Order: sequence, then structure tokens, then C-alpha cells
Amino acid sequence: MHLRDVISFGIRASFGYPARTLLMLLAMAISVGSVVILSSLGEGARQYVLGQFSSLGTNLIIILPGRSETVGGPPPLLGVTPRDLTLEDALALTRSSAIRHVAPIVVGAAPVSAGVRERETSVLGSTPALFPIRQLEMARGRFLPEGDPSRAAAVCVLGYEIKTELFGTSPAVGETVRIGDRRFRVIGVLADKGESVGMDMGDIVIVPVAAAQALFNTSSLFRIMVEASGRDAIERAKTTIAAIIRERHDGEDDITIITQDAILATFDKIFVALTLTVAGIAAISLAVAGILIMNVMLIAVSQRRSEVGLLKAIGAPGGRIMALFLAESAILSLIGAAQGLILAAAGTWLIGRIFPDFPLSMPLWALAAAVGVALTTGLVFGVLPARRAARLDPVQSLSRR
Amino acid sequence: MISLTRICREFTVGDERVAALRDVDLEIGSGEYVAVMGPSGSGKSTLLNMIGLLDRPDSGSYLLEGEDMTSLSGSQQAALRRHKIGFVFQFFHLVPRMSAAENVELPMILAGIDSGERRRRVGETLEAFGIGNRARHRPDQLSGGQRQRVAIARAVIMQPRVLLADEPTGNLDRVSGGEVIDILEDLNRSGITLIMVTHDPELGKRAGRRIRMVDGRIESDS
Ligand SMILES: Nc1ncnc2c1ncn2[C@@H]1O[C@H](COP(=O)(O)OP(=O)(O)OP(=O)(O)O)[C@@H](O)[C@H]1O
Ligand SMILES: [Mg+2]
Repeated sequence: MHLRDVISFGIRASFGYPARTLLMLLAMAISVGSVVILSSLGEGARQYVLGQFSSLGTNLIIILPGRSETVGGPPPLLGVTPRDLTLEDALALTRSSAIRHVAPIVVGAAPVSAGVRERETSVLGSTPALFPIRQLEMARGRFLPEGDPSRAAAVCVLGYEIKTELFGTSPAVGETVRIGDRRFRVIGVLADKGESVGMDMGDIVIVPVAAAQALFNTSSLFRIMVEASGRDAIERAKTTIAAIIRERHDGEDDITIITQDAILATFDKIFVALTLTVAGIAAISLAVAGILIMNVMLIAVSQRRSEVGLLKAIGAPGGRIMALFLAESAILSLIGAAQGLILAAAGTWLIGRIFPDFPLSMPLWALAAAVGVALTTGLVFGVLPARRAARLDPVQSLSRR
Repeated sequence: MISLTRICREFTVGDERVAALRDVDLEIGSGEYVAVMGPSGSGKSTLLNMIGLLDRPDSGSYLLEGEDMTSLSGSQQAALRRHKIGFVFQFFHLVPRMSAAENVELPMILAGIDSGERRRRVGETLEAFGIGNRARHRPDQLSGGQRQRVAIARAVIMQPRVLLADEPTGNLDRVSGGEVIDILEDLNRSGITLIMVTHDPELGKRAGRRIRMVDGRIESDS
């Protein structure tokens, strides 16, 4: 018997009993569809978070004062009291060829006012290097001017939200705002880039680092952000940073260096695990579909006893009968899986319409896995009915009408 | 061609043992026309199933064209059923979802014959049996006589040496039963060995040889 004939026999048998076929297709379609939709949701969530972290900037290295062995580990109990990071530390890093930009960061909260309107908001002190590192964009005016970072120029750049709150729709560039007890001239407004992890760049005022240090009466830095000169330069940049700071801090390793890659990798792992878990739960519905397939095929076998008896009488060996019934459940599973994929496509489209901000992505592996698992389910749960058919006694099957 | 020696077959129903065939000896030559008769439950169908390799004897030997059948495996027997034996049943046993042509095609599909050849032979055979215009009809759209003709076409499409018919007219009226018998006798005249179970003495008389079974034994053979 040719394979083509086995397949066409299975297809015709499927269409010969439409109610049964519909039932099986429905079960398969729903479970395959839910596997794909759920893993798409997981994958979407993963990419959303990864995207958020990437928007921090690329090839980013963050230097924190104080030593901790592992990212997110407990604070060090032993060892030296960490030395503060200083502006000079930051400037010293620019020597390395592995490092493209260095942005010292000072953060604090202060009341900001323009005329009668006043708001408490975050004030961030940095240098022009922050602009490329955080991949900022200007809506109006320009960013912090180049020049000696230790000079405290009285200029500031407003985030989009704070600008709207202080000035409404009227232009802000050229106006003066009051931060704490000092006056700053607004030289630019950041573009509205939406939210990003770590810091809300809409609700912020950026001033030169020295100005921020004076404002908050400190000589230390909150952290230093570094952009390596390339992806492969990250490791070199890390060792260089460690060496430069150690040299400047009397041989002490009293800083923590975090790379963006390390953070991303951690989140990536969490989300892959999450996606697999969710997909696993959905796969249980596949098992349920499999049991339904088995039931329906068992009914099919007893309904078609006389057909099986006849096939045997005209010379089909048991193995052939088994192959025919297995082919039938495989075909039904595959058609069901195909419909499940259509269902999933429709479902993700719908979710995309309802939550347009959420990046849903149907991972290719989920498609392949869903189809593969559906086929396996169909075959595994088709074996029992097929064996029963193959073992039917032809004389008895034919003696009944 | 067919040679049965001391064939026994018992069935167990509950704790009771029913002997369906008791020490049956039977020789049937190639091209014979044999009618098997006898009361209900006398073992006629069991004998036919035995000859058709659908059932195995508990003891005794069965030679088909000189070859021992009892020692063959299930799939070897299936191959013989495919190529040497044709069955016709009282209740036709057509596959209800398939058209007449598809039903007739089925044995050739199982035998792995190419579709072009299949189509040609189906067309020829249906035409020869006077149901060429019914090829695309499903069994429930055919009369009893037409169904049985489709079933006969299916039984002989592989050009078997033996045709086994178990009460082929049992479910038909006189006219269509007569037509079916005409077809079977035509096939016998063209060389096929025909063994037919019947309750109808009229039909029995037309056969070249009559076997009468009673209680699992051959009572008379003429
Ligand atoms: N599968 C079976 N299980 C149990 N007993 C069986 C089986 N098949 C046949 N028998 C018994 O064997 C005996 C012979 O049966 P068989 O069907 O050969 O009779 P028959 O001559 O064909 O009868 P009928 O004319 O009614 O068709 C009967 O007593 C029947 O009950
Ligand atoms: Mg009978």
C-alpha cells in the first residue's frame, strides 16, 4: 500500500464522520492555540523587559561605590568602609581606549519652581556624556554644554513632564527656574521618549554635575555610567576601570561594576523559565486533548468494526489496519494543530488590539513545538485504539451488521 | 485445489464448548461450483471462513493449491486473502462512506497497485457488472442487488482463484437475487472456483456439486 493511499484513506475516513472529526479538531485547536498564545505572552513579556533595559543605553557599565561580590547579593559585612567615588575618579576613566563615554551621576530631590508653580522633583547632575549614554533626545534647545565638568554653570535641561507642569504650553528655553535656593537658566527640554527602567526621564531636571554637587552639598558621586567602545570592549573596560580606581583608591577594590549584559542575562533567564512554565501548563490541555482523541478514536473503532473486518477479509494484515488508524489520528492532530495556529494568530492579534503597548511575539519555537507535540499526542493516544482495531477478529466483526 | 483433512473447530460460549466443525474432510477442484447447504448453525459459515483463511482450525490440515495453510503467519494469510481469495457476504459489507468505485478499488489499494491501473480496472469491472453508471453513488444510494454487484466486483477485482459467497442472495428479492447468481455463475464459467452457502434448494440445484452439512459434519456430497 502506498503512503499516499494511506494518507488519503485517513483523510477520507476523517471527513466521513464530520461530527467526530469536528470534536477532535476543536480539542486540538484549543490546546495548540492556548500553548502558542501563552508562550507568545511570555515571550512578549520577556522582550518588553529586555527592550526596557536596552533603552538604558548600549554596552553600558555602571560603577557603584562599595564592594559587593555578586549582583543583588547581601551587603558586605566585612572589609573596608568604601571610599566615595569622586568626579576625579570619573574623569580618570576617560583615559582608556575601551571606554567611549563616562557620565558621572549625582542624584537628589529638590523643589523646582518657575514663577508661582513649584514641584518637588529629581535633580540629576551629570555631563554632556549622559546624552549619548542614555540615548536621550531633545525636544527643544540643547543639552548640557561641553566644558570643564568641575565648573558649576547655572543651566539646566528639563524633562518633558516637568516642563509641561512648570510652563504649560509656553516655551521654556531661555526662562529661569529655581532649584532649591539657586537660579538656573533653562537651555533645553528633553523629548518625550516614554518610560524607561531605572529613571523616569520625563520627570527630571538635569544640571551640570558640579552644580548638583553644590546643590546637595556633596563631593561624592551617586554612580558613574560608562559606555564601552564596543560590545567586545566591555570586558576590557571592566578590568581597566577596576585597575584605574584601585590605583586611585590606594590599592583597594572598593567599587562594584555592573554590566548591562549581566542584568539582561538574569532577566532573560527568569523570563525563559516563566515562558516555559506557562507553556507547560498549556501543554496539560494538550494531554486532555489527547485523551479526548483516544476516546473518540475508540468510538470510531467500534463504530467501524465491520469496516475493519472487511479490510481484513480483503487482505489487510493487522499492521496495515493499525497504520491506517494511526494515520487517521495523526492527520486529525495536524489539521487541529493548524487550526490552533490560526486561532493563536487571531488571539494574539486581538490581544495586540486591546493592549497595543504590549509587544506580543509568537516565538517560532512555540509554533514548531505546538505542531510537534500535537502530532505526538495524536500518535501516542492513537496507538491504543489502533491496536484494538488491528486485533479485532474478522469473523466476529463481520457477523454483526 | 482445496484440500481439508480432519478439520475441527470448537467455540467456547460461556463454559460450554460448541463444535462448529467435526472432522471435516473435503476436496474441491479448480473451477468447481459448490453449493453448501444445511440447517442454521450446522457450520456452513465456519467452513467458508476456514477456507477463506479468516479462521484457523483447532486441528486438521488445510492445503490450498498444495500449500499448507495452517502453518502460515497472519500476514502471510492476509497476503493470500488479498490475491487468491474473494469474499461475498450476505450483508454486502460495503464501506458506507465510500462510493461504489472506491469500494471496488479498496483491495487494489491494499495491494499497492498504482492509481491509473486501479481506475482502469474499476471502470471495466463495474461496466461488466452493469453498474457503470452507479460508480459515484454511495451504498445507501444503491438497491440491494446493486450493492451486492458492487461487493462481487470488489471480491473479484484482484482476480482471485476462489470466490466464497455466504448467502449472497439472502438479503435480496428473487429478481435481483437471480441477477446476482447469474453474475456468480458467469464468473465460475470463466474459471473461478465458486463456493456458495445457500438456504435456497432451487439455487442449490444449479450448482455442479452440493454439500449438505448437519451439526458440523458433511452429511452428503453430490
Ligand atoms: N464466534 C463464535 N463464537 C461462538 N460460537 C460460534 C461462533 N461462530 C459460530 N459459532 C457457533 O458455531 C456453530 C456454527 O456456526 P455457523 O455460523 O458456521 O453456522 P451456519 O451454518 O453458518 O448457520 P446459519 O445458516 O445460521 O448462518 C453455531 O452453533 C454457532 O453458534
Ligand atoms: Mg452462516
